[in-house]
Formats: sequence, structure tokens, C-alpha cells
Amino acid sequence: MISPGIAIAASVLVPLVGFLAIWLFDKSPNIREAATLTTGWLLLLLTVTVFLAVGEGARPGYEVFDVIEGLPIAFRAEPLGAMFAVIASGLWLINSIYSIGYMRGGKESHQTRFYMSFAVAISAAIGVAYAANLFTLFIFYEVLTLSTFPLVTHKGTDEARLGGRVYLGVLMATSIGLLLPAIVWTYAITGTTDFALGGILATHVDEMGLILPFLLGLYAFGIGKAALMPMHPWLPNAMVAPTPVSAFLHAVAVVKAGVFSILKVAVYIFGIDVLKETGASTPFMWIAAISILLASAIAMHKDNLKARLAYSTVSQLSYVTLGAMLATSMGVMGGATQIAAHALGKMTLFMCAGAVYVAHHKTLISEMRGLGRVMPFTFGAFFLGAMSIIGLPPMSGSWPKFLLMLGAADAQQLAIIAVLMISSVMNVIYLLAIPVQAFYMDPAPAEGGKAPGAKGAAIAWGHLQEAPFLCILPPILTALGAFILFFTMDPLYQYLAPIVGGVG
Amino acid sequence: MSLSAQLPVLPIVIPLLMAPITLLLPKGRAPWAWAVLCSWLAFAASVAIINNVYEFGVISYHLGDWAPPLGIEYRIDLMNALVLVLVSGIAAVVFPFAYESVKSEIDERQSPYFYGALLICMVGLLGVTITGDAFNIFVFLEISSLSAYALISMGGRRDRRALTSAFNYLIMGTIGASFFVIGVGLLYQATGTLNMADLHAKLAGQDNRVVQSGFAFIVVGIGLKLAMFPLHLWLPNAYTYAPSAVTAFMAATATKVAVYVLIRFFYTVFGFDFAFEVAAFTYVILPLGIAGMFIASLVAVFQEDVKRMLAYSSVAQIGYMLLGLSFATTAGLTAALVHMFNHALMKGALFMAVACVVLRTGSHSCHAFAGLAKRMPYTTWAFVLSGLSLIGVPLTVGFVSKWYLLQASFAAGHWYAGFLIVLSSLIAVVYVGRIAELMILREPDPDGPYALARKEAPLSMLIPMWVLVIANVYFGIRTELTGGVAERAATALMTMASGGAQ
Amino acid sequence: MLEFILERYNYWIVITLMMTGLYIVYARGNLVKKIVGLNVFQTSIFIFYITIGKIAGGTAPIYIGDDLKKMKEGAHGDGHGDDHGEGHDAEGLHDTPEGAHANDLSDAGEESLHSKIENQFPDVDGNDLKTALQNLEPSEGEGTEVEGLHETVEGGGKIANQMFEGADKEAAGFDVAGAKEAVEGGLHAAPDAAAAAAQTMGAAASHGEIIYTNPLPHVLILTAIVVGVAGTAVGLALAVRIREAYGTIEEDELEAMDNVAEFGAAGTERAQ
Repeated sequence: MISPGIAIAASVLVPLVGFLAIWLFDKSPNIREAATLTTGWLLLLLTVTVFLAVGEGARPGYEVFDVIEGLPIAFRAEPLGAMFAVIASGLWLINSIYSIGYMRGGKESHQTRFYMSFAVAISAAIGVAYAANLFTLFIFYEVLTLSTFPLVTHKGTDEARLGGRVYLGVLMATSIGLLLPAIVWTYAITGTTDFALGGILATHVDEMGLILPFLLGLYAFGIGKAALMPMHPWLPNAMVAPTPVSAFLHAVAVVKAGVFSILKVAVYIFGIDVLKETGASTPFMWIAAISILLASAIAMHKDNLKARLAYSTVSQLSYVTLGAMLATSMGVMGGATQIAAHALGKMTLFMCAGAVYVAHHKTLISEMRGLGRVMPFTFGAFFLGAMSIIGLPPMSGSWPKFLLMLGAADAQQLAIIAVLMISSVMNVIYLLAIPVQAFYMDPAPAEGGKAPGAKGAAIAWGHLQEAPFLCILPPILTALGAFILFFTMDPLYQYLAPIVGGVG
Repeated sequence: MSLSAQLPVLPIVIPLLMAPITLLLPKGRAPWAWAVLCSWLAFAASVAIINNVYEFGVISYHLGDWAPPLGIEYRIDLMNALVLVLVSGIAAVVFPFAYESVKSEIDERQSPYFYGALLICMVGLLGVTITGDAFNIFVFLEISSLSAYALISMGGRRDRRALTSAFNYLIMGTIGASFFVIGVGLLYQATGTLNMADLHAKLAGQDNRVVQSGFAFIVVGIGLKLAMFPLHLWLPNAYTYAPSAVTAFMAATATKVAVYVLIRFFYTVFGFDFAFEVAAFTYVILPLGIAGMFIASLVAVFQEDVKRMLAYSSVAQIGYMLLGLSFATTAGLTAALVHMFNHALMKGALFMAVACVVLRTGSHSCHAFAGLAKRMPYTTWAFVLSGLSLIGVPLTVGFVSKWYLLQASFAAGHWYAGFLIVLSSLIAVVYVGRIAELMILREPDPDGPYALARKEAPLSMLIPMWVLVIANVYFGIRTELTGGVAERAATALMTMASGGAQ
Repeated sequence: MLEFILERYNYWIVITLMMTGLYIVYARGNLVKKIVGLNVFQTSIFIFYITIGKIAGGTAPIYIGDDLKKMKEGAHGDGHGDDHGEGHDAEGLHDTPEGAHANDLSDAGEESLHSKIENQFPDVDGNDLKTALQNLEPSEGEGTEVEGLHETVEGGGKIANQMFEGADKEAAGFDVAGAKEAVEGGLHAAPDAAAAAAQTMGAAASHGEIIYTNPLPHVLILTAIVVGVAGTAVGLALAVRIREAYGTIEEDELEAMDNVAEFGAAGTERAQ
């Protein structure tokens, strides 16, 4: 086994090597895809190594060099980051398998560019996960934004261009306009940007006064990837991307990098105790609560499946922000576990949406009635994923909701409990309705030239018209993962406990 | 009298002696090769100088062995040395680049004159940087400006508007230089010396109307030269219609040198005990810097012509430098110096990319940029990368600049300025993004004049351009050379400005 | 009040010329006229610099050979009749009266300086004046009040020594470098004392002292004139090229033609 410190550096580097390999084997798709998958396996191996080391109480780190004097690019793994890295690399592997099925099934163009961008994006996501200071985090955060831009505009249509413009515009505007000043300001106050348990601002609270909530606001809105309303429009707009992009980046890597950063800032920059004592986070807790409800309400009106999932994501992301802003240990734990649970659940849903698109070229929910009868595996997985998102046992998504409610009770914010409950009800309506309609309702009458299976790459199997195998397997895997995580939540909880326990 | 003892004068003397020889060379490659050789020699000398200064401290060279303050002194501290390396370095990169571009834009018969003027222009800029004598600055400033007028007007072969813009620049530039001379005269009247170190000593404690009006004349005069908003009107046209290689050279150096002169006067000649200057910082330089940042950036957004867009962006970027130096703190001055250096790198690379496009499409209108990613990938990515640098994306020099500037404004308590800085870089996202999107995501209008298949720019242009692009990334990751030197230089300047001896 | 204005008539000329020049540059559409305006503007600067160097009653900083010979009681200068070389010499020696030049604009305390001079001049007299200077000064006793002024300035003594050395060398055998140094010494010393009172100088003049104006501003302005001429030349050359390219040198017509080039004929019509 290599040392965890080296593994950290390697896990940022390996995807970049993969990037080169993909570029070199541009002309032979099979070798190119093999390169992607090999990279994926290697990466997973590395992140798991780090994960296990962190579990044993180590805090491995790797310092690259000082960019500006006193501001190094440095990595240090802690439980939250180690978990995020494993989730990201594991799901990237699954998503790569899915992408191959999707891209080949859909005969998409520019596949090499697609995989290359993906490799850079995952490298950046890992960089965010392991960042030892805000400076490093910001660098990789920006790289993540830019590397995903070609993916969002992949189709090259006017619509894609417009979506890409909003995507880049909102993310760059928030990160440069709010997050960067926030980081520099923190640096100006404390003289460091290192993450430290208990918060580096804790010793400066007295001199800051009103700057504290203001600074927190800069972080909360500046981390646009967390999609806290009103900084969310990039997420629905990013749905013009091919589905694997939406599935991985906009359910896992990019958005989770956002909420992960918010958690990191709350725990390691401000410190939960500071937030609790000063009450600085209360306004943002309410904004997150409003964001949860509003996004759910919008999601109910969307007929486009991906748009509905996108708004659902906006809503679910705000759970994490809410957890951080509750400023109780239960809240933070709820937020942290939500990162894992939601990643599995939402990825399942997106991949199912992609499978439907590949097989039948359908994007509207109203067109999917009765489709469950010919695509039982896809919609079965969808059903499980939806349960997890809603928070129904025995799916993993129920734990974070439970922890968040405990956290809200700790913070004596009963209204937040109500918000969580209302949101779950809304989730039931807009998510569960889809598989139910698909299984129990008769197919919509086929319109001219839009007969089922006429355009798609469905594979006939008896009376079934399922998506290609490579498109079905991954969602089933993630749905299973969400199921297993329900029973293994306690180890994960214990693993994450140091971030709020003060030990570690 | 070994050569090394004469080192400080070499960056001036070598090109000054070599420039006239250019005129005697036959047209074609010879003048170009001669100029390139000369720029490399000057660069080598400059690097040797900065090494020397870094290790042994300030160099004082007495021209013709006449002792200062009577004789002309070349006084090189870290700040000059940094600007010296910058100017000669940019020259060493742009001159090799120029050949193909110039060949296509300028009558071949003029090429000896062109390279001669280019060398003279470089001499002027290096001279301004190196000298420690106030009147000498004026002379060198005019040497560089006069050759710049000629260089810009040579763009008249492609577009006759180059002539009128050169003329306008001449009028404005001459007025600026004259104002500067008046200011220097007033200072001379008050102190009886022209040596800048001596001026500093003699001006200490003086705060009368002679010194004040001298200060005002100098600030306005240099303000015209550095295109300080709202004295920037000559710049956009001059940059737009000048031959592309000239634009790349001038944009990266000329205004930077003027900024250097401003800093030199603010911090070395005058000082903070000169209350008038502190007031000027707060009520003139800071607001003008901010206004320039926003107004020029906004104007840039609406430009159809890429060169003009970048020219307005230059005016905006100068606003950042003014902002940094107006904080009157070490951090602020460091930020201004770092940005001065970094901006030269990014603007140089951007204008070089435009020059490549001009070479292949014959136009610098934004329509010519549509769909270039497929046909000129290396040029496109050079443009995009240096554009990202201009925006201030991490891992580029632009980010380092922004970081220093933001840090300086927060540390100085001007936190609103910090937000204005990022706000105006968001405008940069718009204007850079617009062109980048055109290049990468659009297809050219199939019926338009730019639809013909174009090949990539020649290697002789790509290599120098990518040298600068890589410098953009390198100095965005390692900042010992820029930030470290700038910080030391700024500390020394601040000590002087606060009344201490250097 | 009137006196205040009249005493500074040269500054009023400078200001008037400056404003006239700038106005011409701004208001005239003809490019050549703009250049003319620029020249008028620059002329004002020349006059300004000359004003700096001017000393009431002073003559041009050119060595007057005959006068010097007359004044020299000894035969020191004999055999060195070369005007050029001795010109340098004399300039160097005559830093003193130049130094006494009163500068109207400067607010520096005249009185204190004046008294300082009086305190110090005997000292200077005794120590520093070497043969050349002695020969040159017909009436040291009274006239050196002015010379003392130079010495009050910090570092002045050193420079004087240096200068005298130069003068000696000159006397001995034409050491040009030394002479140069002497000149420079004088140049430097002069403005240092620029704040002194005008009447001091009058006194000096009445004692038969040859007063030269400060040469340094003249040298500077010669340089500036060269620069100005070069600028004018480039400007006129550009005007010629513009006329070749556009067929006119009227600014508004040029602008209209450029507008056509940029927006097409329709754009110009709209603009009008």
C-alpha cells in the first residue's frame, strides 16, 4: 500500500494522466474507454486508501508548494473530504460505465472531448475534497466550473450555448464576485486560510461584529454550486447537457462540491460553536428553508423529467446548507450524510432519465405513462431512488432527514421540522408520481412519427424495450448502494463524528 | 573598466547603437534578425542587472563618470529592475513574433525603418525606467513616444485611420510630455536639482504652491501617457489601428512604464509628508482608478472590434494599478507592481493572439473570430487562456493580481474597493467570454468574408505567443519572482516615501 | 497689486502663451494649425525655463573674454586665450552670482538666507578663493556678499573646491574634463540658492561683478527644443500622409470619412 499522503496527491494527478491517455487514444474508442475505466479503478483504489487511513485517525496531507508566500496549494484529508472523495470517485466509475453506454447508444459527437473534460472535472472535485485550505479549495472549485463548461455546451446547439452562458455566468459571478472576496477577507482578518477544527475565525469574533454574518452570507451565496436560492439558475440551465453529465456532475460532483464547501466553511472556518453563539447563521437557515420549499414547488410544475430532477436537486442541496446553518452537531451530521445519501439517490434518478431517453427519446414525464411496463428495470431503479430522496426507509435518504430533524429540535427551530415534513410530502407528489404513472397508467396515444421505440436505441427483449445493458446496470447499482447505505449508516456516522466532536 | 562595471548602461547603449544600423541593412529578414538579437542582448543585460540588484542592493551608475546629483545618474533599485526585465523581456518575445505579422501588414521597403523605430521605442522605454534623473525621463519618454507615433502610423497601409489616431496620440502625448516638463521645471525651481534621489531629500518638508503645482503638472502629464481615465482617449484608436505586433509590444510595455514613472514620483520623489499627495490619492487617484475600472470595462463590452475591446480593457486594468498604489500601503503598492507585471504578460499574449488572427483572416473585427477553434486551435487556446488570466481565474497571473489587490484593499480597510474590483472583473468575464464563445462555439457565417478555410498561424508566431501564455500560467503558480520582488521593492519604496532613507 | 503683476510679467507671458497654444490645439480643426498651437504651447515652456535661469542684470552664460582679461590683474589667464576653454572656466567660477538669482515664485524665507550669507561670507572669502577666482574678482570685499550665498548651501563648499581645482587645471593646461566639472559645479550650486533676494544681485552687479544667468535651464530647454522640433516634424509628416490618404487635413471632414468607413454612409447621415 502506498502512503496516504502520496495517495492524496496521486488521486488528483491520476485523472489528469487519464486525461492525457484519453487524448492520445482519440482515434480508437475502445482503448480510450479502457483508459477512462482504468483511471476510474485506480482513483477509487486511491481514495479508499485515504478513506481507510482517515478512519484510523490519521490526517494525511500533502503540500505542493506556496503559490503566494504563505498560501500553499496543500491537501489534507479529513473525514468529510475523505467521504466525499470516495463517493465522487466511486460514482465516477459507475458513471463512466453508464456514459459509455449512453454516448454510444446515442451516437453522440465529440466523445473524446467529453471524456477529457470529465477527467479534469473529477480531478478538480477530488482537489476540492482534499483541499487543506480555502485557497486550494477555491482554485479547484474554479477549475471544476471551467472544466464542466464544455460538457454543458456539449450539444453545440443554440439552447446549449444559452444554457452554458447562464451556467458559467452564475457560477463565475458568484465565485469571483462573492466567494473570492470572502476568502481574501478571511485571510486579511486571520492571516491564514487553513481549515482548522473549531474555526479559524473563532478567535476574531469579538472584533468582527456585523462583519461575521456578512462574511457568512458571502460564503453562502458565493458558493454558487450549492445552489442556494437565488443562486440556483445555473442548475436547471445545466440540464441541456447530456444525461451522464447531469447525473454525475449535477447530482454528485459539482453540486456536492458546493455543499461540501459550505459544510467545510461552517465547520472549519467559522466553527459551529461560533455560529451557534452569535446566531449569525440563522438568517441563512431560513433562506435555505425557503429554498427547499420553493424549489420543490417549482419542481412540481415541471413536465420535463430532467428539469424536475434539477429543481429537486436544488431543494435537496439546501438540506445540506440548512444542516450547516442550524449550527448544531446533529444538523451538521445530517448535512454530511445527506451528501452521501442524496448522491446515490439522485444519480439513480438521473441515470434512469437518461436510460429512458436513450431507449425511447422521451424527456417529458407526460409521455412516460405506461413506459414502466416495457422498462421495468429502469423504473424499478427509479422507484428506489425516489424513495431514497423522499426519505422513506429502507433507503439511505431517510437518515439525513432524521438527523436534520434532530438537529432542528436541538436548535429549537420547530418550524424547520415542519419545513422538512412539508418538503417530504411534496417530494412524494412530484417524484413518486413518475414511476407510479409509468407502471399503472396506459401509454399515451402515440403521436405521428413518435411511436415508442421508433427513434431510440431500445433493445427488444421479449415484450420489453429496455435501454442498453450499460445504461441499466449503473442505476441498479446505485439504487442498491442507497439501499445498503441505509443499514451501514452507523459506521458512516461514527466515521464522520470527529468533525463535530472536537476530536480529530 | 570591465564590461560588468558598465552593466547598468548596457540595456540602453546596445539598442541605441544598434538601432541606426538597422536602417543600413537590406530589406527583408536582416533588420528583423538584427532587432531580435538586440532585444535579446538587452534582455540578458536586464536579467543580469536584476540579479545584481537582488543580491547587492541598489546600483548607482554615473553616466560619463559625472557624480550625481550633477551628472546624470542611472539608479536601479528592485522596482526599476523589475520593469526593466519586463520591458526587455516583452521585447525579446514580441520582436521574434513580429516578422510574419509585420510582413503582412507593412510595406516591405519600410521594414528597416520599422525595426529601427521599434528598437528606438524600446530604448526610450528602458531609458525612462533606468534613469534617476527627472529631466532625463522626459527625454527618454519623448524618444519612445516619437517612435511610437511613427510605428502606429505605419498601420496606415492596412487602414488609413492609423494615421489620424497616430496624429491624435501625438497631440495628446506631446501635451502630456510638456506638462511633465513644466512640472519638472517647477520642482527644479523649488529645489535646484533634477536628480530624483536628491529631489526627494530637498523636497522633504516643502509643501508650498510651487511644489504643489509641480506635482499636479507631473501627475496630469504622466496621466496622459499612461492613459489614466479620463485621459485615455488617445489609446483605443492608437492600439486598434497600429500594426498588430506594435500593439502587442506597446500594450504590454508603454503604459506600464508610465505607471512606473508615476509610482517613482509618488513614492520616491514626493513622499507621504507631502500632504497634498495624500489628498490626491484619496480624492483623485482612487476615484479615477475605480471609474476607469468600470467605465472602460463597460465600454469594452460593446466593442465590435477585438483590438479596441482589449484596448479599453487596458484602460480598465490601469485603473486596478492606480487603485493599488493609491492605498499608500506596502500591500497596495505590491499589488500595483505585481499587476503591472502580470497585466503585461496577459495583454501581450492576447494582442499576439489577435495578431495571429489578423494575419490569417485579415481582420480584427469580432466576426473574424467566429469558429476559429477548429481552424486555428493553438491561437484560440492561447487567446482563451490569456483571456481567463485577464478575468482572474486561478492558476493564472490574473488571479495572483486579484488576490494581491483584494488583500491590499481589505487590509487597508477599503473593503468596498475589494468588491468593486471583483465586480469589474465580472465585466471582464462578459467581454472575454463573448469572444471566447464566438471562437469555440460558433460557426463562421458561411457567406461572410471569413468563412474560407484558414490554416494555423506560422510557428514563428505561435512559439513566442505560447511562451507568453506559459509565462501567464507559470507566474500564476510560482510568484517568488513577481510577488517576492514586488514586495521587496514596495517595502523599500514605502520606507522612502515615509521619510526614511533608502 | 499692480506691482505684483508687473514684476512677474514673464510668468504672465508664459501663462498667456500656454493657454493660447492649448486653445489653438483644442479649437482648430486644421491639423497643421493644431501643430502650430502645440508649438506655441511649447514655446511657453521654453520661456518658463528661461525665466527660471534668468538673473536680473545677468548676461548670457557665455564667457566674456575681454572683460575677464581686463579684470585679471595678474597674467594668470595669459596664453589661454581660447574662448571656448575659458568660457567653461568662467562659468564655473561664476556660480556665485547665479546662485543669487531671486526666484519670485518661491516662498522660501529670503531674510534668513540673507543673514546667513552675511555671517558666512568672510569665512568663504578667506579659505576657498584660489588664484583664479581672486584674479577674477575685482572687489572681493564688497562683492562677496553674493558669493557667500553660494557657500551657505549645503555641500557648496565641496563643489567650489572641486570647481577651483578644475579651474586650476584649466589654467595649467586645458584639462577639459576638469573644466566641465567646474561648470557642473556652478550649475548645481546656482539653483540651490534660488530663493535669495533680488536686491542682493543688484548690489553685486553694481560692484562690477559679471553676472551670468543660470545655464542649466538653457541646456535643458535646448534639449526640449530639439524634442519639440522632432515632434513637430513627425506631426507635420503625419499631416502630409493624412492628406495623401484622405485628401484633406480638416478634422471634421476626417471624422466624417472615418464614420463612413465604420458605419457606412447611412450611419453618417443618421449622425448628421
